[in-house]
Amino acid sequence: MIKDGKATKLFRNVLRRLLFLLCLGIGGALLSATLVRFAPGYGVEERELDPRWSAQSVEALRQKQALQEGLASFYFHYLLALAHGDLGVSDSLKRPVLELLRQRLPVTGNSVVRGLGVAWLAASLLASLGLASRGWLYEASGTAFSSFILSLPSAVVAMLAVHLRTPVFCAIGVVVFPRLHRYIRSLLVSSYDQPHVLAARARGIESGAIFWRHVLPVAAPPLLALLGVSFAIAFGAAIPIEALCDSPGLGQLAWHAALSRDLPLIVNVTFVVCLVMLAANSLADLAGQAFAGSAQ
Amino acid sequence: MSPLQKAAAIILCTIFGLMVLATILVPAPYTRQFRDVPNAAPSTEHLLGTDALGRDCLSRLLYGTRVSLLLAPAAALLSTLIAALLGSAAGFLGGWFERIVLAATDLSLSLPWLFLLLTVRAMLPLDVPPMVSVIIAFLMMGLLGWQASVRVICAAARGVRDSDFLLLARSSGCKPARLLLRHVAPNLRPLFYAQFLISIPLFILTEANLSILGLGVMEPMPSWGNLLRGFEDFSVLAANPWRLVPLILLVIVVMCFQLVLPSQEVTQ
Repeated sequence: MIKDGKATKLFRNVLRRLLFLLCLGIGGALLSATLVRFAPGYGVEERELDPRWSAQSVEALRQKQALQEGLASFYFHYLLALAHGDLGVSDSLKRPVLELLRQRLPVTGNSVVRGLGVAWLAASLLASLGLASRGWLYEASGTAFSSFILSLPSAVVAMLAVHLRTPVFCAIGVVVFPRLHRYIRSLLVSSYDQPHVLAARARGIESGAIFWRHVLPVAAPPLLALLGVSFAIAFGAAIPIEALCDSPGLGQLAWHAALSRDLPLIVNVTFVVCLVMLAANSLADLAGQAFAGSAQ
Repeated sequence: MSPLQKAAAIILCTIFGLMVLATILVPAPYTRQFRDVPNAAPSTEHLLGTDALGRDCLSRLLYGTRVSLLLAPAAALLSTLIAALLGSAAGFLGGWFERIVLAATDLSLSLPWLFLLLTVRAMLPLDVPPMVSVIIAFLMMGLLGWQASVRVICAAARGVRDSDFLLLARSSGCKPARLLLRHVAPNLRPLFYAQFLISIPLFILTEANLSILGLGVMEPMPSWGNLLRGFEDFSVLAANPWRLVPLILLVIVVMCFQLVLPSQEVTQ
């Protein structure tokens, strides 16, 4: 009975999140449309100035544009096109935005996932070792090291990666690592200081068993929430790293779009990244809730 | 304050002092070119050498420090003011206003900050005078960097809302605006300071990233980000290690800010 209640609650949460994502998708699409519509230079068609185009062709082009001149008509056409998977055409690259996203998203996704893997592994390992030793020298050197990396701009880490010829995911991992290390360490320390853990230690239970059975279940839900947040950090770091390491991903695309003021491209890239982030955060939150429920 | 925090505060004060005295200390204006000695090594005339265009590196570093260290706190102040206003009003008023503010905050927090900055920067003209680029870069950070602070301030204001002293003030006929300004805001002041201090290193690093990508402060105006653009060729750095000084200074300042930050109990 209690299990059914928990499952219903989780199902409701999933539905609520999906509804939120849908509303956000529509809201985000309207916002993107507004940004594109009111951007300087909207409606200026370079093809009209091309002498190779005949008068009839130019007239047909103008009539096509006139169809979308009204604000309501513009939004309607934009949303209709979006529903058919048409995100418009990049002004600078002269290619469909959807095609560009299809090419670039897997590259960034691959780098981000691998970079996060490296960062999580290193941060968890260092935090756990620090917890096991609890020596001031180890703690101080660990904190100093992560503070030093935290003080480096991600673009400098990217330039260093270019110089050392390390893969892009390593640079992303280096940028994300210190942020994760701080949180994981403080989460594990606070979990270790709980009274039930102290009682378990007093009874002489093995430290490995204490970690797996008593510390990790307490720290797991916030750690899973941190996983969602770390995706946003990694995607943010991907812009300078991909731009400077010349990796053909979303970060480089966004940078190129910003430099060439290609608004249809940058707005849609940001919109897609926002949806990916929200989906990742929602999944992490739901996993945390499910884990907390099963632990109880 | 621990001895380490005291040392960090002294270092920060010294760097701020040098920044203020930049006009007196610099050997030459930051745009002046010494065309006979481009890429010069450190000497008595040019303590940190010259860059590829023959400009004195020390002058550029001191002026760049002034740009970064004056405008990052200015942007942090702006973002903290926005966060304080929105967060305390949301936490104090509660209801639909709080829900809307928190939903907007969650939404913008889910988006990587650099993507948001790039989108806004793309909407503004790129070909602008250097001074305008400085204002755009830091104004953009100030106006878009309030989200994380709003959550924290809102949660603290919610706690104050249910306190006894506020109930007493309300029962004696205090109006909401007065309650907010005279009773809620002063109780949240330590949190405002903490959020302000947290934002400064974040904005310094963001400016560096934006300028390295060519979307921040424009040449010939120096800033830490601009000075780091020369790092693209590390082989030059290996031969001229004094070029690392801007990076060392940036790392020292950001680390010192991290050290002097209040404890996590105040900031979270």
